[in-house]
Amino acid sequence: MRAEDQVAMNSKQTQHERILVVFPHPDDEAFVAAGTLAMYIEGGAQVTYACLTLGEMGRNMGIPPFANRVSLPAIRKEELAASCLAIGIQDLRMLGFHDKMIEFEDQQRLDSMILGLLKELTPSLVITFYPRYSVHPDHDATGVAVARTIGQLTVAERPLVHCIAFASNHEKVIGKADVTVDVTSFLAKKMASIRSHRSQFQAAELVGNRELTDEEIRNRFGTEQFWTYRFD
Amino acid sequence: MLPLHPQDIQFRLDRLAGQDLYLHLELTTGAYATHLDSTRPSGSAFISNAIVHYTHGSISGTAPYRVGLKTADGWVYAEGLTHVDEKETERLIMAGHDSQGKLIVALQLSREKF
Repeated sequence: MRAEDQVAMNSKQTQHERILVVFPHPDDEAFVAAGTLAMYIEGGAQVTYACLTLGEMGRNMGIPPFANRVSLPAIRKEELAASCLAIGIQDLRMLGFHDKMIEFEDQQRLDSMILGLLKELTPSLVITFYPRYSVHPDHDATGVAVARTIGQLTVAERPLVHCIAFASNHEKVIGKADVTVDVTSFLAKKMASIRSHRSQFQAAELVGNRELTDEEIRNRFGTEQFWTYRFD
Repeated sequence: MLPLHPQDIQFRLDRLAGQDLYLHLELTTGAYATHLDSTRPSGSAFISNAIVHYTHGSISGTAPYRVGLKTADGWVYAEGLTHVDEKETERLIMAGHDSQGKLIVALQLSREKF
């Protein structure tokens, strides 16, 4: 994408007044969309984050481990609230589904919850995971449910849907991301959001146990990418 | 969570024997195992709030530890246990973590539902 197109796109994106984010796990928002959300919010957007689970079955328990299966949900709940505060998200909904079980949930229950949010909020933009190209079964099932629910609206009613994809084969099938957001101006908020997830961010494959340099942070977290979901 | 001491666990297993208990048993590689290393299959299983009644339970091995619970008709078994929730007095909450702190296995017993 040419630099001027990206600037144009970024300023256009900040025009969204109401945005609905649907992810299954506390921390999904931090790693994949915190900078973009902070940017929209600075542009005046009201953001609702519908977080389906409390990450009850997560493997990261802190280093050394300070959580267990019983204490984890309460810890993740606090971390999620702190992350939303760091980003500036005004409306956090914790929806009480069980981690790892989204793909097995009653579809009607899931869809009617999503439809309820769409009717209540009438967002112009919805951010979720790309159906089938987001690695974790909960991510995929969340994206499928959002796409299925929005697909049942009339074309005029449908919000724009931006999806995150990161399966190893995703570009071969769905092409390159069509939305690239430079979030370097919002990295302080994004890193504060990531660090709010204290039981998770130390994981070696994410941030590791050491302090990253500013350059490493920019390279690793300075850009966020989305695929516009096509309903045809 | 603190590294477990087998004598303490044995004492607590003995105290919980012979009664209906709620069990949480889990083994997991995490959902990202294959994504991070294509040679490694992702695999996990968990069962929560199953009711078990064991006649005899023991802990064995050197860290990480194994626990076996003998029930009227079968067994409950977990390997790789390293830690226990030291603050719990009634419930027994054990877990096995790898060198990065990630959960591998969880074995929990309680008189009340989890």
